[in-house]
Amino acid sequence: MGEPIIEISHLMKTYKLGGETVHALNNVSIEIKKGEFLAIIGPSGSGKSTLMNMIGCLDRPQSGKYLLDGKDIGKMNDNQLAMIRNQKIGFIFQNFNLLTKLTALENVELPLLYAGLPAKQRREKALEGLTKVGLIERAGHLPTQLSGGQQQRVAIARALAGNPAILLADEPTGALDSKTSIEILEVMKELNELGHTIILITHDLAIAKQARRMVSIQDGELLENGGEPIGNIAIY
Amino acid sequence: MGILQSIKMALRSIKSNKLRSALTMLGMIIGVSSVIILVSIAQGSAQNVTSRINQLGTNLLTINTFGNDLALTEDKINELSKLNGVKAVSPVVSGRVNVKKEKTTSQVTLTGTNAAYSSVKDTKVSNGRFITDLDIEYRQKIAVIGADTASTLFGTTNPVGQYLQIEGTSFKIVGVLVSKGSSMGQSGDNVVIVPLSTGQRLVKNTTINQVYLQGKSEDQMDLVMNEVEMKMASLYPNKSDSYSVTNQQDLMDTMSSVTNTMTMMLGGIASISLLVGGIGIMNIMLVSVSERTKEIGIRKAIGAKRRDVLLQFLIEAVVLSGVGGLIGILTGVGIGKALSSLLSLTVSFTSSVMVMSFLFSLAVGVIFGVFPANKASKLNPIQALRYE
Ligand SMILES: Nc1ncnc2c1ncn2[C@@H]1O[C@H](COP(=O)(O)OP(=O)(O)OP(=O)(O)O)[C@@H](O)[C@H]1O
Ligand SMILES: [Mg+2]
Repeated sequence: MGEPIIEISHLMKTYKLGGETVHALNNVSIEIKKGEFLAIIGPSGSGKSTLMNMIGCLDRPQSGKYLLDGKDIGKMNDNQLAMIRNQKIGFIFQNFNLLTKLTALENVELPLLYAGLPAKQRREKALEGLTKVGLIERAGHLPTQLSGGQQQRVAIARALAGNPAILLADEPTGALDSKTSIEILEVMKELNELGHTIILITHDLAIAKQARRMVSIQDGELLENGGEPIGNIAIY
Repeated sequence: MGILQSIKMALRSIKSNKLRSALTMLGMIIGVSSVIILVSIAQGSAQNVTSRINQLGTNLLTINTFGNDLALTEDKINELSKLNGVKAVSPVVSGRVNVKKEKTTSQVTLTGTNAAYSSVKDTKVSNGRFITDLDIEYRQKIAVIGADTASTLFGTTNPVGQYLQIEGTSFKIVGVLVSKGSSMGQSGDNVVIVPLSTGQRLVKNTTINQVYLQGKSEDQMDLVMNEVEMKMASLYPNKSDSYSVTNQQDLMDTMSSVTNTMTMMLGGIASISLLVGGIGIMNIMLVSVSERTKEIGIRKAIGAKRRDVLLQFLIEAVVLSGVGGLIGILTGVGIGKALSSLLSLTVSFTSSVMVMSFLFSLAVGVIFGVFPANKASKLNPIQALRYE
């Protein structure tokens, strides 16, 4: 494992709802190294997705610092953030978030389109990605013609298309049965072997245990325990 | 992301919503085609009128008198004919008369005039001869008749040399006029022309209320007009309210200003429907933006910039309005052609109107697309992703 790719220190994110202030992230600090496979575990509403949006550059920190590859995300404008999302980060969502009007192949091509790749290269890379996740013969199918597991594989191929350093998965198996969940986890482990940094968000302890490192989050506060979750984690 | 790619994407999304796209375009189609139909009908009728006036010759001056306190007598008309720029003068008396041949009767316009009328008003005979000055002197009971009058009274037989009754008096027909067609609802062929002296008796009125003057050259008509006006002023001092001198150019200018106003008005009315079409596009695009909030969130998450989203929606609006505009042009030309052959209207399609209305429809797309596109591009990706 190499140098740190993500350095987060004293990150805050609050939402004001009526008169109340919700600390979605409260003084979060974490360092993630290149090639790590990290699981973030926590109960519903604890701030997991908020943290992932932050790491995924969909949001800027209110206070605190976030360095990605040594660059200060807090100082970037919207265009620069879009470029970082396009090139350095691959998102995998619980509900897949494929574009329903586009075929599997076109979905995988989409990030390459925004990266400005010419049509021929886009097609080649997208086909390559679909082959990797074992769905090459479904390239022309629409998402509605695919099973949940297959849709998530397409989403993984899309996340990987631009060959990003970091894969962010927010409950990637949340909408899948246990057998398919294991398959998807295997795919992610393989990707980790290939050198991708993977951050997996889940509230399922069994799934979190597959990762090499695990941190838990509760009421916006991050707790680390050298691979083993602390406290009465059994409640999740 | 390139423009070409954006256009492809826009076409794609338009295709995947065929019914809605068609309904949206309908507004543009109706707008553009009504502009084209109305403007081309207006221009067609303008052209028609102009060419009719041109046929009369542009070196023609007309003096009209109003009321009876001013007598255009023969010697005064003679003085006008002696003016420098005037080539020929033709006094006219006119009225409606009944003509009769055996059992057939007909109401026609009677014109009493002189030999010069033929060249002044460009009125040629197709058969026989025109009136001569001798006919006037001897008060000959001869007549030249229009093409329609000839066919009404004589059918296919040659009228020249035959007789007809005008208000009960027998006249010998010496010529038939070349057909002129109708102008502004008046047939130019349902006429009888007789010598001035005979005509004055027939309409029971010796006052000449109209004189046509032919100028020597077309490009000096302003000068001739001046000359004539000054002469008239000296012949009839303090009577300037009782007569008027007009030339063809005046008439043409008046007509073209009327038809221009008509064209503008019709075009303007039709443009309102273009505007309504544009609002329709904006409406649909706004619906589309909120329907596709999630899609916008996904696109942003995987790296679409504000510009990419803005362009996508803007191009969609422009493609919708542009394609609508093209279909509208085709529809407009089609309907215009159909109208012109069904109603025998003169319809004139000018490419400038087509280009203008196409550009206008593109502009409508841009103007009414900007607001929804901007709204889409400003969506916060996190909130957009949460949207169901
Ligand atoms: N847009 C928002 N406006 C107000 N409050 C918000 C908003 N987004 C999140 N929150 C609040 O922030 C806290 C953390 O939310 P977050 O979505 O990160 O939870 P989570 O750990 O992902 O939960 P789950 O496991 O259910 O997905 C919650 O209390 C939530 O109500
Ligand atoms: Mg969540």
